Amino acid sequence: MKGGEAIIKSLMDQGVETVFGYPGGVLLPLYDVLYDSDLRHILVRHEQCAAHAADGFARASGKVGVCIGTSGPGATNLITGIATAYMDSSPVLAIAGQVATGLIGNDAFQEVDTIGITMPITKHNYQAMKADEIPGMIRSAFYIASTGRNGPVVIDLPKNVQEEEFEYELAKDIELPGYKPTMKGHPLQVKKAAKMIMNSKKPVILAGGGIILSDASKELLRFSNMIHAPVTTSLMGKGSIPEDNLLSLGMLGMHGRKTSNLIIDDCDCLISIGCRFSDRTTGSLTEFAKNAKIVHIDVDPAEIGKNVDVDVPIVGDAKIILNDLINVVGKAKDENKNHSVWLKHVIDFKNTCMPRLSFDDIPLKPQQVIKELSEAIDDDTIVTTDVGQNQMWMAHYFTSRNPRKFISSGGLGTMGFGFPAAMGAKIAMPDNDVVAVCGDGGFLMVCQDLATVKEYDIPVVICVLDNRRLGMVSQWQKLFYNKRMSYTDLGQSPDFVKLAESFGVSAERVEKPGEMYETVKKAIRSDEPYLIDVVIDPDEILPMVPAGCGLTEIVGEYKVERETPGEILYKPIGTDKSGD
Amino acid sequence: MVIKLDESKTHIISALVLNKPGVLQRVAGLFTRRGYNIENITVGTSEQENLARMTIIAKGDEKVLEQITKQLNKLIDVIKVRDLDPDITVKRELCLIKVHTSTEKNRSEIIQYANIFRGRIIDVSPETLTIEITGSPEKIEALIDLVRTFGIKEIARTGPTAISRGNKTI
Repeated sequence: MKGGEAIIKSLMDQGVETVFGYPGGVLLPLYDVLYDSDLRHILVRHEQCAAHAADGFARASGKVGVCIGTSGPGATNLITGIATAYMDSSPVLAIAGQVATGLIGNDAFQEVDTIGITMPITKHNYQAMKADEIPGMIRSAFYIASTGRNGPVVIDLPKNVQEEEFEYELAKDIELPGYKPTMKGHPLQVKKAAKMIMNSKKPVILAGGGIILSDASKELLRFSNMIHAPVTTSLMGKGSIPEDNLLSLGMLGMHGRKTSNLIIDDCDCLISIGCRFSDRTTGSLTEFAKNAKIVHIDVDPAEIGKNVDVDVPIVGDAKIILNDLINVVGKAKDENKNHSVWLKHVIDFKNTCMPRLSFDDIPLKPQQVIKELSEAIDDDTIVTTDVGQNQMWMAHYFTSRNPRKFISSGGLGTMGFGFPAAMGAKIAMPDNDVVAVCGDGGFLMVCQDLATVKEYDIPVVICVLDNRRLGMVSQWQKLFYNKRMSYTDLGQSPDFVKLAESFGVSAERVEKPGEMYETVKKAIRSDEPYLIDVVIDPDEILPMVPAGCGLTEIVGEYKVERETPGEILYKPIGTDKSGD
Repeated sequence: MVIKLDESKTHIISALVLNKPGVLQRVAGLFTRRGYNIENITVGTSEQENLARMTIIAKGDEKVLEQITKQLNKLIDVIKVRDLDPDITVKRELCLIKVHTSTEKNRSEIIQYANIFRGRIIDVSPETLTIEITGSPEKIEALIDLVRTFGIKEIARTGPTAISRGNKTI
C-alpha cells in the first residue's frame, strides 16, 4: 500500500466520511488516491475555510473534523483555523502537505516549517518521515484530539511519504506514555467541594465549554436544580443549559447579562465547571467574585490556579465529576442543600432586567432582528456567529436551548469564522437547519466560499448583520477613544445581495421589522444556500464592561423589558435572612 | 484562599522526555510563549532507552513554577516533570576555561589554582592553558574570577545538570 492510500484508509477506519480541503503540488499523490476513494472531499475556496469548516463540524457533532491543505501557503492559510480550534478546545485534525523529505530544510518551493509554526497552537503535531508511521500516527492523532481537553492535531506529510510503498499493518495499541488525561475527580476533593457548596448561602454555577465537550448538560441541570443554584455561562458554555430555564441567568462577562454580572459579584460560592476564566469572562480579577469561595472543575490541570485562585480544585471530566457531586450532595439532608430563598431572590432580580428585544425602528435594531430570527427557527437549529458586535448581540440576546447549537469563536475571536463553521456544521448534521449570523466585515473575509456552498448544495442560511462598520472596534472608539473612528467605516460596497447572486446563491435584503422572520422562514424552506442582508442601525451599542474593570461596572444604557424606566438597582440578600 | 507567593526564586526542574527530534523546541518554545524566564537548559540521554533527561533552571514565584510544571506536563512528549528540592539535590556543571599565559610564573600559578579547585589541565599551548572543572555553578564562578586577571580567552560551560540525593528518583 502507498502512504497516500494509508492516510485515506486510516481516516475511514476512524469513521471519517467527509474532509474539507484544497489540493496543491505536494498533495498530488494524496489527491490522486482521493479521486476514486469513498471519502467525500469538499473543495473549499480558501484553506482557512477548510479549517473553520472542520472546526464547525467538530463542534456541531462532537466528532473530529478533518481538513487538508498543501505545503507552504496552504499550511499557513490553515493556521488561523487551527489556532481558533486550539483556543476553544475543538477536536480538529489538520493534514498539511510538505515537500519531499530530501528537500526539507533547503527552502524548497512552497516549503514552510509547519511543525515549528503549529507547535504553540496545537495539542500535538507529527511529521511523517516514513509511510509505515502513518496508520499509528493517525490513530494517535484522533485519540489525542478527542480525549482529555480536546484540541487540534497537525500531521505534516511530505510528498514522497505519500508515494512510498509499504506493508500495511493494522495500527497496534496506541503508545503515548506522556499522555494520560485525568478523567475521574479525586473523591476527597469532590467531598470537600460538596461540603463547601452545602455550607454556602448563595451558590452560583459558572458553566463553560467543558460542559458541552463532555456532554454534561443533563447532569448540570440536575445538579443546579438539586442545590438551587442559578447558572451563568461563559460564551463557550452558551447552550449548556436551556437559557429559558428559570435557573439560567445568561452569559457572564464583558458583554454579559446584567443579572449574571451582578449575581456573580454577590455570590458566596462559585462552582466553575469546564471554564477557564478568560479575561472576557472575569473582567478585573481582583474584583471577580470577590465574596465567593471558588470550586474549579476542569479536565486540564494547568487551568487550575492559572487566572483565578481557587479554594477547591477538582481535575477531571465535567460529566463524571457532576455525577459524583450529585451522588454526594444527593445523600445530604434537604436543609443543607436547600438554597431556594437565594434562588428566588436571584430570579426576582433577573425578572427586573430581562433585556428588551422589541423595537420597531428603521434601520433595524439588532435586538429586533435576533428576536425575529429566534421565532423563525426551531430548537434544533444550529446557529453560528462571526466575531464582534454580531457575536455579542447573539450571545446576549439569543436564547439557546441545546448544547452544540450555538457555535462561535471565543478565545481567538476569529472574524470570518461564522460562515465556514456553519458549512461544516451542516455537513456534520444534515438534518438540522443551520444559520450563520455574521457581520459584514467578517463575512467579506470568507465570502469566496459561497462558491463551495453553491457547488455542493450545502443549505446554510447566512444572515449578514450589515452596518457597514467594524461594529465592535467602532463601539470602542466611540466609548473610549473620543469618537475618533479610525478605519472602521467599511464604505458602501459590496452589494451583498448581488454578490451572492453572482455565485448563484439566492439572496434578499431585509430592512423593516417583520421582514426578518418571513425571510428566514423562506430561506430555510428553500433548502438551498441563502443569504440575507440585514440592514441594521450602525449606532446601536451593546452595554459592556470596559477592559480591566470589575463586572458590575457596566457602561452604556441597559435597555430592559419593563414599564417603569430608571436604573435597576441590585440589593444583595441579607445572609442572616436567607433562611437556609 | 490566598496563596502566599514566594519572591522570585530559582528552581531546578528535572524532566524525562521522549528522546526524539523537536522535543527541545517544544519545551523551549513553551517557555518563550508563556513568558517564563529560563536560565539554563541541559539535555542528555537518561537511564532509560528512548528517554532523555532535561534539567531546566528557571526563575519565578510558586505560582509561575506551578504553571511551568503543569504546562510541561501537557506536552505529549514529556513523560514526567519534577521540581527538585535544592536541599536534597546535587547540581553539577562542567566548564572549560582557556586562559592566556604570558609568563612561566603565571603558568604555575594557574595550575595551582586549578589543583585547588580539583580542576585539570587538559590542553597546553605556548600561550594558553585550558582548565577543565566540574562542580556547582558557584564553585565554577569562583575559579573563573580567580583566573580572570591572567586574561581569559574563552569559556565554554554546559549549564548545570542535577539529580536528587539518595533513593529518590523522578
